Amino acid sequence: MAEIIQEEKGKKGGKRRPKKHSTNIDMTPMVDLMCLLITFFMLTTAFSKPKIMVITMPEKNLDQKAPEIPAWRTLNIILTDKDVVYYYIGNADPKKPPLPVLSKSDFSKDGIRKVLLEKNKDLFTQIVNYREKRISGKLVVADSTADQEIRRMKRGDMKGPIVLIKADDKAKYKDIVNIIDEMAICNLASYAVVDILPIELELLKTAPK
Amino acid sequence: MPKIKAPARSPHIDMTPMVDLFSLLLTFFMLTTSFRPQEAAIIQSPNSVSEKQAPDKNIMTIIIDKNGKVFYNIDNGKDTTSHARVNVLTEMAKQYQISFTKKELEDFGHLASFGMPMADMRKWLHAADSKEKEKFQTGIPTDSVDNRASELAMWIRFSRLTNSNAEVAIKGDAEANYKTVKKIMDMLQENKVNKFNLITNLEKQEVTLKDVPK
Repeated sequence: MAEIIQEEKGKKGGKRRPKKHSTNIDMTPMVDLMCLLITFFMLTTAFSKPKIMVITMPEKNLDQKAPEIPAWRTLNIILTDKDVVYYYIGNADPKKPPLPVLSKSDFSKDGIRKVLLEKNKDLFTQIVNYREKRISGKLVVADSTADQEIRRMKRGDMKGPIVLIKADDKAKYKDIVNIIDEMAICNLASYAVVDILPIELELLKTAPK
Repeated sequence: MPKIKAPARSPHIDMTPMVDLFSLLLTFFMLTTSFRPQEAAIIQSPNSVSEKQAPDKNIMTIIIDKNGKVFYNIDNGKDTTSHARVNVLTEMAKQYQISFTKKELEDFGHLASFGMPMADMRKWLHAADSKEKEKFQTGIPTDSVDNRASELAMWIRFSRLTNSNAEVAIKGDAEANYKTVKKIMDMLQENKVNKFNLITNLEKQEVTLKDVPK
């Protein structure tokens, strides 16, 4: 795309006029440089900033006793290898048989999500309705107010499950992220990541494969 | 009949629109750019629905790759004149009785994530280029030796002491073992960190009332 600048031929005789300069500026070097810069910026840009998932863990080594949870509300989720999720309701106490039976599930749409949604039906419906009202414009509130309202709903929830997430040594990091994510999707009010109990490791051995 | 001569065209193309476009693009990229930080390891983050953005500043990141190697990164804090990184390394040097020169400390202040035992830190700082540096990225030891806290625990402790406002982010590979992550979370909880930010990729999931089983 180089430009050819034609030299003006000197005229013989006559008046001496100031040389006429072409009004065209050669933009090629500028274009070259811009191309380079654009390429550089395009390649070094990080467009999607990383997202974060916040999880708050219960403080450790506290002297106070763990709060009593009614057994029917407790949903224990046990993670192990190969994308399998086991769950049972209630407590597993070796002193108080019968021991619960582990049910098998997975991370698919009809897997553990269905279980969680069924247990958390009331709160889930409440929150989804609230969000839909905001989207349809029936309710106009600021984001912070809406967050507060949802938090209030979650606190007031007295029927939904309390999920205890446990993982054995074979679990992968993505499993734990997936399950916490599932809690967010199903709008669960209370869940915690806790250590796995020895009795649960025993139960895992006999769990359906 | 005389031949019809095609008029001689000038080989010159008007580049003004192209230049206009280029300027626009360039301005756009220059303004939106946030440089991709150089990572010590390639991490495939797991997906989640969270749309919360990770903070730019005041963040300490613990990177766990799929082999369970642990890397660490802290930034200089909101106020870059506070030199948080340099201060942390100075404390670490005192702890492990290694003396760093002023230049070594300064170099460390400019670098990003790292992962090596303290003994190799100096070699890493002196390595000529990034390829050379990579050789020393063997992961920070996470096991405690002879009842002394592990090196990672020390890094965490001194970072907390230097910049107590820093949030903790865990950037784990999807395939990383939960055991390693758990160990690190326990370590963090011992240092009074109870809120973790897990770095994930956004993946939308639609769940509506129809999905609720009747």
